[in-house]
Amino acid sequence: MINLKINGIAVSVPEGSTILDAAKLAGIRIPTLCYLKDVQCVGSCRMCLVEATGARGLVAACVYPVSEGMEVRTNTPKVRKSRKTTVELILSTHKKKCLSCVRSMNCELQKLALEYNAEEDRFGTDHDLKPIDDLSASVVRDNSKCVMCTRCVAACDKQTIGAIGPKNRGYAKVIGSPYDVPLAVTSCVNCGQCVVACPVGALYEKSSVADVWGAIVDPTKHVVFFTAPSVRATLGEAFGLPVGTNVEGKMVTAIKQLGDIKCFDMDNTADLTIMEEATELLTRIQKGGKLPMFTSCCPGWIKFAEHYYPELLPNLSTCKSPQEMFSALLKTYYCEKNGIKPEDLYVVSVIPCTAKKFEVTRDELGHYTDAALTTRELAKMIKEAGIDFANIPDSEYDLPFGEASGAGAIFGATGGVMEAALRTAAYKLGGSGAPIEFKEVRGTQGVKEAEYKVGKATVKVAVASGLDNARKVIEAVKSGEKDYTFIEIMACPGGCINGGGQPYVHDEIRNNVDLKALRAQALYNYDKERKVRCSHDTPAVEILYKEFFGEPNSHKSHELLHTTYEKRPKY
Amino acid sequence: MTIQELNKIAQQGADLINVRRIVREQAEKLAGNTGYRKQVLVCGGTGCTSSHSLKVIEQLEKSFKELGIDDILIVKTGCFGLCALGPIMIVYPEGAFYSQMTPEHAKTVCEKHLVKGGEVVKELLYKETVHADGSVIPFSEIPFYKHQMRIALRNCGVIAAESIDEAIAAGDYSALAKVLTEMTPDDVINEVLASGLRGRGGAGFPTGRKWAFAKASQGDIKYVCCNADEGDPGAFMDRSVLEGDPHCVLEAMTIAGYAIGAHQGYIYVRAEYPIAVDRLKIALKQAHEYGLLGKNILGSGFDFDIDIRLGAGAFVCGEETALMTSIEGHRGEPRPRPPFPAVKGLFEKPTILNNVETWANINPIITKGAKWFSSIGTEKSKGTKVFAVGGKINNVGLVEVPMGTTLNTIIYEIGGGIPGGKAFKAAQTGGPSGGCIPAKHIDIQMDFDNLVAIGSMMGSGGLIVMDEDTCMVDIAKFYLEFTADESCGKCTPCRIGTKRLLETLTKICDGKGEPEDLEKIKDIAEQMKSSSLCALGQSAPNPVLSAMEHFGDEYKGHIYDKTCAAGVCKSLLNYYIQPDVCKGCTLCKRNCPANAISGEVKSAHVIDTKKCIKCGQCIQHCRFNAIVKK
Amino acid sequence: MTQNLFDGTAEQMNELLSCIEKHKGEKGALIPVLHEAQGIYGYLPVEVQTVIAEGLNIPLSEVYGVATFYSQFTLLPKGKHQISVCLGTACYVKGSDKVLEAIERELHISCGECTPDRMFSIDSCRCVGACGLAPVMIIDGEVYGRLTPADIKGILDKHLHD
Repeated sequence: MINLKINGIAVSVPEGSTILDAAKLAGIRIPTLCYLKDVQCVGSCRMCLVEATGARGLVAACVYPVSEGMEVRTNTPKVRKSRKTTVELILSTHKKKCLSCVRSMNCELQKLALEYNAEEDRFGTDHDLKPIDDLSASVVRDNSKCVMCTRCVAACDKQTIGAIGPKNRGYAKVIGSPYDVPLAVTSCVNCGQCVVACPVGALYEKSSVADVWGAIVDPTKHVVFFTAPSVRATLGEAFGLPVGTNVEGKMVTAIKQLGDIKCFDMDNTADLTIMEEATELLTRIQKGGKLPMFTSCCPGWIKFAEHYYPELLPNLSTCKSPQEMFSALLKTYYCEKNGIKPEDLYVVSVIPCTAKKFEVTRDELGHYTDAALTTRELAKMIKEAGIDFANIPDSEYDLPFGEASGAGAIFGATGGVMEAALRTAAYKLGGSGAPIEFKEVRGTQGVKEAEYKVGKATVKVAVASGLDNARKVIEAVKSGEKDYTFIEIMACPGGCINGGGQPYVHDEIRNNVDLKALRAQALYNYDKERKVRCSHDTPAVEILYKEFFGEPNSHKSHELLHTTYEKRPKY
Repeated sequence: MTIQELNKIAQQGADLINVRRIVREQAEKLAGNTGYRKQVLVCGGTGCTSSHSLKVIEQLEKSFKELGIDDILIVKTGCFGLCALGPIMIVYPEGAFYSQMTPEHAKTVCEKHLVKGGEVVKELLYKETVHADGSVIPFSEIPFYKHQMRIALRNCGVIAAESIDEAIAAGDYSALAKVLTEMTPDDVINEVLASGLRGRGGAGFPTGRKWAFAKASQGDIKYVCCNADEGDPGAFMDRSVLEGDPHCVLEAMTIAGYAIGAHQGYIYVRAEYPIAVDRLKIALKQAHEYGLLGKNILGSGFDFDIDIRLGAGAFVCGEETALMTSIEGHRGEPRPRPPFPAVKGLFEKPTILNNVETWANINPIITKGAKWFSSIGTEKSKGTKVFAVGGKINNVGLVEVPMGTTLNTIIYEIGGGIPGGKAFKAAQTGGPSGGCIPAKHIDIQMDFDNLVAIGSMMGSGGLIVMDEDTCMVDIAKFYLEFTADESCGKCTPCRIGTKRLLETLTKICDGKGEPEDLEKIKDIAEQMKSSSLCALGQSAPNPVLSAMEHFGDEYKGHIYDKTCAAGVCKSLLNYYIQPDVCKGCTLCKRNCPANAISGEVKSAHVIDTKKCIKCGQCIQHCRFNAIVKK
Repeated sequence: MTQNLFDGTAEQMNELLSCIEKHKGEKGALIPVLHEAQGIYGYLPVEVQTVIAEGLNIPLSEVYGVATFYSQFTLLPKGKHQISVCLGTACYVKGSDKVLEAIERELHISCGECTPDRMFSIDSCRCVGACGLAPVMIIDGEVYGRLTPADIKGILDKHLHD
């Protein structure tokens, strides 16, 4: 252990720790901007500078290693002046449209400017604005607000996509796609990890809020919302509730207060997905289909596979994602049942994900979804409607699609789809005494593997979240090193609970709590309390098969619930 | 190759080289042993080839054939240092120093001097080598060379730059032989430590300490790197060493490899130095053929190899971590230190990096000893330093002097003073990272610490002389343009600071400066110095700060009086024709690209200041000095 | 971009591919490959960068990031005659900025640009090491030293008629 003092407070930290790590232990806050836990640590923004004995000049706390007997000062006039000037220099390059910025009140630069008393125009303001790229279905880039922290680049590199990168050098450096082509034509998978990494308003989702408001006030439209499993676990953050608070009841109330809206639970089609996918898997196993089979509910992963591993497309489950199953169901079964013309039904999914916005535009999925709102956008609408979120009562989802199993809910965390599928597969092969919990596939680590005896068969499974981990698993399969039967892949590290459409979390919180674990825990707790915990036990799903589809993988289900994939170029 | 074989080559060539080094009388005696009546050395460095020295060599060969001369050796060498007078040609054993040669001159020299019984062509000699009474003095005694002490440049301009045999004969690889046979790695490091050698690339970190750190680092793979990305625009000593004596760098890197336990070296060299790159490639090939690189060097069992990596035009890659990032194939952005390269450098392995001039000092330190080396120079700066002297000075070129030599000696004795008898204003050292030395400090003893004490720095040794016609605001702006252009853009203070500083200086030069701009400059400069990630950003404000300190009045003149005393800043001056001096020759009018000059033949012309674009063409063309800027 | 349609030949592509093959697997291969690719094509169009990205199995953004970082790499084709004016300190102090201005005036383009007829392109460089001849410029590898703005027209005319 290394002993040092920070502002006079003694701390002991393991060797190799940085000053920032040590300060955390000493309870001292050091501001950061370019640093983001698990994503980037490069010491470039110079916000976290401190004075340390044994060092010449100021040092960057996020990268500077501690040494025995070191004394660190984080709050000297020199340090404060440096931080203030750094913010002021950044502000001189920043499009200061703060009042109307998507990140206003939630912007890391704004916070630092306030804290360090920065004068916003001390070094002038650049007046030539850079073009905004809003051609992507998911992500908008406004480089005039970019602070060059490169967190987005690091996030994209971590995903092993590299759709964006720096161009030029010095003051002319800009972040974007090669040759300034729109992000939409690159191999960007729309995961939105860049968006949640961005400290300012330089990256945000392509908003559907105006369209949804339009539909809500349109008297000819029947508006239906359905919310993805993880949104219940994260929406509260946008209203100041602690990370990991399940706000399902308030969320339903709030949605219903937005207008005359039916509100359903996407867990329901998560259950449907399991019925279809488990059947497909068993068929592949029994009939010698392509194995391993990969899950197909994550649109970021699907586009990734299309760009980088087109040879694996036959291994992808043909099941549509729960979002697209739900919309298809609503525009057919639900319309039929309720005597609504499909064109009068306006289907809104609320998702933790920016890639789902792209998914909505895919021709092969039939354009059943009218709008996909991220968790952030829903929060914005709730605020716009003047709803006092923290103090409204709980409500229940509407029926029939408000009913779902705990298995559907855990879809939102990495390993959840696998566990849900295992519950159903175990039941199908092993009967009613089959286990419910499969803890080996839970947890936030990037790759998880397990082997199960399901009935007579041994099933080797793998779960990967984050595309870097996906690549590892795929390469191991391709090289023959591993022979999995079934693989779950989620593009975002930790799964949907950490999706690109989730509420912005200040670096300060993100760097200090395990966001992924806390959010996931909310889902597992929810699952535990559900009466129905397995997809095959969900009554609404049973009715659906009885009344509409017949059986899983039937002709009708193939028509509505399954899809195809296309190879896409790498560059 | 064995040590014996190496020694044999050295002995065989010894006299050939000694003829070029030893004073005239002895040289003439030795010449008899070499098989050549005379040797003609022609500079094949970038400076002289730019003024067509290769055509001089062609002509020599042609004339030799015509005149039947077959007992004179033509040697294409590296740089002699006196680039302003290129192409340079020296004839041994007499040591006749011909300057500004043309093929015609070469022909004349062949016919009158090089033929049997010929005599030196005095009219073509460098004028300083001919006394008023007509006697010729050896060039080593002229002021330009007399005050120099050539350690790093010892073989430049002495040996054939593309001959490994001549390099060996001149002493290259003798230190390696000694190291591999007589010294342990610790001995080597102790010798370098004891010599007091400090890195010649800029910061002046003790070389031996760097090596010791790298040796102490655990690791199976380590690297030795050579920084030949000479980025200071106006410094060219590293190029000169690579062009004139590439083997001395290969040898020194191999020695360092032995000392720290590395087996692979990289030379990161500017792509803008094609001759240096070619000679390095040739030298590498030769060293491989001789077994002086590769496996089991000189039978010692030690393996070492070197690869060349071309820079691609980025000043920041002179910074050690940026250079390594660039060798790794990325954008040359620096990394935070620690970890220092000696612990975690290239490809995350322990690495040492020294610049070319530093490497060039290793062989003499090993062969002549640390004691000898440390007897040269000042208390804390040992040995010599090569300066690339340029700008407003007569003898533009490379000079190597003991540390502690005064600026006055360099400018007025070695450099021959300032052209046109103009007044010395300041000298910029350290390039874009350094500062200026004003006239009042002309007696400063040039070493690492004295320069820092007056707000400049040694840097890599660029020394730009400025006279009364140089505007110090404009020069600061010039350097900021450079650093703003070269900033990698990684850290905030440098990326934005250089730009804002440049904007402010431009504003001042344009006559739009406001009093508070000076404060703003100081604020940004201080921020860059205290908070930038690497030395580029930390030192980029130095030229402005030192100019403001020493020439504050000039800044105030630009801001308050809107005048540029040196007559440089266009917006602050206009061109006028003095009617009483103008002869009405019409030359200015005909050459004015903006049609701003009017006037009839033989009557005084007038410049329309509204149309004038201040390009200076008229002044260039006026034969009567009738045009003034004010 | 449309005016610079890529017109690489099959031989050039073969050369590029063998260059990539040669460096593949080497540590830090990208920069040597870009140097050689620029040697083959004269510049680094997107088509070439894409082949390099594919060949070295790295994202195009990385290739592009490196190509736009270093001043030696150019994404646009150069003129038949390439002029490079030294703006190193020694040359600047001796008025190379005036020389550059004279060239820009003569050719009606700015530094970094190419004439519409693709005959000339102008760039600046930082020190070619011919400080003794300052101010200098290089046209097609030939060094012109001790220049004054008045020399420019004659030199350019000579190259135009070459």
